[in-house]
Amino acid sequence: MKTVKHKILVLSGKGGVGKSTFSAHLAHGLAEDENTQIALLDIDICGPSIPKIMGLEGEQVHQSGSGWSPVYMEDNLGVMSVGFLLSSPDDAVIWRGPKKNGMIKQFLRDVDWGEVDYLIVDTPPGTSDEHLSVVQYLAAAHIDGAVIITTPQEVSLQDVRKEINFCRKVKLPIIGVVENMSGFICPKCKKESQIFPPTTGGAELMCKDLEVPLLGRVPLDPLIGKNCDKGQSFLIDAPDSPATLAYRSIIQKIQEFCNLRQSEEENLISS
Amino acid sequence: MEEVPHDCPGADSAQAGRGASCQGCPNQRLCASGAGATPDPAIEEIKEKMKTVKHKILVLSGKGGVGKSTFSAHLAHGLAEDENTQIALLDIDICGPSIPKIMGLEGEQVHQSGSGWSPVYMEDNLGVMSVGFLLSSPDDAVIWRGPKKNGMIKQFLRDVDWGEVDYLIVDTPPGTSDEHLSVVQYLAAAHIDGAVIITTPQEVSLQDVRKEINFCRKVKLPIIGVVENMSGFICPKCKKESQIFPPTTGGAELMCKDLEVPLLGRVPLDPLIGKNCDKGQSFLIDAPDSPATLAYRSIIQKIQEFCNLRQSEEENLISS
Repeated sequence: MKTVKHKILVLSGKGGVGKSTFSAHLAHGLAEDENTQIALLDIDICGPSIPKIMGLEGEQVHQSGSGWSPVYMEDNLGVMSVGFLLSSPDDAVIWRGPKKNGMIKQFLRDVDWGEVDYLIVDTPPGTSDEHLSVVQYLAAAHIDGAVIITTPQEVSLQDVRKEINFCRKVKLPIIGVVENMSGFICPKCKKESQIFPPTTGGAELMCKDLEVPLLGRVPLDPLIGKNCDKGQSFLIDAPDSPATLAYRSIIQKIQEFCNLRQSEEENLISS
Repeated sequence: MEEVPHDCPGADSAQAGRGASCQGCPNQRLCASGAGATPDPAIEEIKEKMKTVKHKILVLSGKGGVGKSTFSAHLAHGLAEDENTQIALLDIDICGPSIPKIMGLEGEQVHQSGSGWSPVYMEDNLGVMSVGFLLSSPDDAVIWRGPKKNGMIKQFLRDVDWGEVDYLIVDTPPGTSDEHLSVVQYLAAAHIDGAVIITTPQEVSLQDVRKEINFCRKVKLPIIGVVENMSGFICPKCKKESQIFPPTTGGAELMCKDLEVPLLGRVPLDPLIGKNCDKGQSFLIDAPDSPATLAYRSIIQKIQEFCNLRQSEEENLISS
């Protein structure tokens, strides 16, 4: 990991809130700067969505003397997922914890990422084997922090509080929380509806209570789902969507957090 | 926090206790002696326990956040509306147990007696069990690896005193891993009626759901059918429909046709569903005229028909 400058985990206690969608678009957004080298690692072994969302289904992983080669979407954007190791995308990976942990160890140790500015790790929902393993294996390599995704309703926030609790227990810094699916603007009448109503104050109140930053709110936009299914960047396809503006603002805050952390470390070393 | 090494070959594998990664593991002698290869006695114990449970339904999905817990809870609510039907709802999502909140039972405690653990009763005829009831606070993270989660699931199936039950509904976490393998293995001798698989319309979900169907076939678990959730949204202001999660590859309908599994129904998005889940109330009672409620009721009826048909077939087999 010495050649990897920044490492970001994308987490959520809850499933289906948009972790993979967010991880993919964080990667897309950062990689728009051709001088920035991005690596996207998908450690969801049972439900690896990243190959589809990045439009890389069917790609194969190559092995060389220096390890496994990630699949390159752009010159500066490499991707790794168990999805690339399956003979068919419908194959179920029915592994218990220990075998999943072994795969994660291989991904971290044997993939030849090269010089990387940002390594983004997309995780499955929960607080179990995969999460413990990635934190333990990266312990010595220093993770910059975690971005935690939620949706506005209490049923999600409840699981997300557990995830924040997990981060604190394993001393993983929290970059902040993203509230996804935060309102829907009807394309016909342009009025807003709250499909997943924030009955207990949404992510905003939770962040205040738990003293973690709220990085932003991303509204629902049917173009997001369409682009993920097609493996395209929603940021490019719908540059004026309120969701794109929200994503870009959040990505900027993440970059600022990582740069700040880097300066702090450099100050510590030189003092 | 770990009981087994990261590269554990598996207690029931040929390498158990003999692999390089077994050195230093506290279970090494046990595995090397072949104890892992013998069937778990709990399977027979669970079979005995399950004799008082007529029908067992698993609610599955490869994908997270598609509405498994919401559906499990409302399947339980719907079936329990008949006071003569005894319903049991078991939540085996150890990391993210949503059932206590959705059923309005947060803060309830589980009691132990001579006959085992007592489920928490929402109604006289609706009992619920979840790891959520065992936490001191709902924000406590349950950070367990696979083997510990499996142990909890075994206890839920073997030690909970369900009594006479018509329908046991098991809500599962997303994926195809420890929890799913365990519940299928532990209930193997007790016969599961089948699985209801939940999805949303977009391909990113269907992809995971095909894996789940694949899993069911591998472990010979009958599939009752698929429910397509979040299938369209009717704007309450202008009443026009939008597809928020567009079915770019034909949605669940085409997938079901391709894989020859029944499509039980489509449930549209309705903000009242989320509201009621957060409040712990039955959406079916709060919004009886919502298209989502009508969809749920139709699906619940099909599930009952499947279970009754299966029961008649078994009875015919026995009497013939």
